[in-house]
Amino acid sequence: MSKTRTREQGDGDVAALDQLAREDAGSRAQFLKMVGGAGAAGALAIFVAACGGDDEEEEPSGGGSSDSGSSGGGKASKGDIAIVNYALTLEHLESAFYQQVLESGEIKDPKIGEVAKSISEDEMMHVEALTATVEQLGGKPAKAPQTAFDDVIAGGPQMILETAASVENLGAAAYLGQAGNIKNKEILAAALSIHSNEGRHAAVLNEAVGKSIVPDGAFAKPATMEEVLKAVKPFIKA
Amino acid sequence: MSKTMTQPELAAIEVKGMTREAFIMRGAIAAGGVYGLSTVGPFVGQAMAQGGGGDLDILNFALTLEFLEGAFYTMAVKSTKGLTGDAKEVATTLRDNELEHVDALTATIKDLGGKPVKAPGVDFGDAFASQDSFLELAQTFEDLGVGAYNGAGPMIEAVEVLAAAGSIVQVEARHAGVIRLLRGERIAPSAFDKGLEMQEVLDAAKPFIKA
Repeated sequence: MSKTRTREQGDGDVAALDQLAREDAGSRAQFLKMVGGAGAAGALAIFVAACGGDDEEEEPSGGGSSDSGSSGGGKASKGDIAIVNYALTLEHLESAFYQQVLESGEIKDPKIGEVAKSISEDEMMHVEALTATVEQLGGKPAKAPQTAFDDVIAGGPQMILETAASVENLGAAAYLGQAGNIKNKEILAAALSIHSNEGRHAAVLNEAVGKSIVPDGAFAKPATMEEVLKAVKPFIKA
Repeated sequence: MSKTMTQPELAAIEVKGMTREAFIMRGAIAAGGVYGLSTVGPFVGQAMAQGGGGDLDILNFALTLEFLEGAFYTMAVKSTKGLTGDAKEVATTLRDNELEHVDALTATIKDLGGKPVKAPGVDFGDAFASQDSFLELAQTFEDLGVGAYNGAGPMIEAVEVLAAAGSIVQVEARHAGVIRLLRGERIAPSAFDKGLEMQEVLDAAKPFIKA
């Protein structure tokens, strides 16, 4: 029973994607474009396949006591791979952003520059780690999307930092939104270890632009895949 | 099965000015999206019973840490010598957040049929002698809190408890990042906040807990 609940509750995003995928070809193409890049489209394909195959996964029916979806230590479901690729797409986006920001030389304040550099390093590590994870799981890592940050960077330091803050808060919410969907414990541990790192970035950038370090109060709010993809759309080239 | 997926957005419903009740409701609403709201209470209890009480232990472990942090910032705001400016503002925010965590975890444990642990006696030594010494210990506590939740996360059975723990750990991480910023430290000790074993956390917290 608890297995069923875990699955069904975890399928919120899958259901949303599934619905999108089933709609007319036009909106599906639009969605693929929104996700951006062949790599991400590939990730979506895996994701949709995972949705369709949801019922194929064996329920540990009856007898087997509390085997609630988390004991499958080594095995990763297609859904987990898709989630890791989704995270990887976001990390590619973040990583590209900070690299472009640092190259632009727009950030003059040395303290802020140091923060941006350390965040950039973290994001690159996340890209590497998630890429390796997808490969290890036998999946195909999402490619870096083509990004569109020129206008943001041309907007100067304030716009750069505000965008960085938005992206980090979104990234943290994105990881939080997937925690309950991840089936494999090791992948969950990895996702949690990145999630809180994004939370650190988000709070520090919020502080830098004069926003609350905890914009949701004492309890951070999750974001669905749909919400996140919609929010990052402006930064991905069609 | 697909009929139960019609309200995925409920799981991420936004609750303005989240109260203790709202916090509990987040998990309940998520379950309610699947099973219907009236069945949520008993359902959560049942899920916990099946989980074998492990989640309750984790929640009580988290509650102990939150008590420690709540007491720490409450005392810090009152008595840290020379606490001013950004550091004072941050300390106040952190105090409020930690006290909300205490309330929420206490209520959740009760709601699940468990018995919340009592607040431990605390001793923070000379931590409040200066703003610097306060910030130094604050960093220790926040990084520890992040590691504690991240370590416990994968052991959590119930999705709604995991969601709650995730929601709290992100706030702890936000605290940790900002405290480190104030101290001029790298905002993250590593790109990955590794989970800590429960025993490691308890050992690290022990010097500040009075027997």
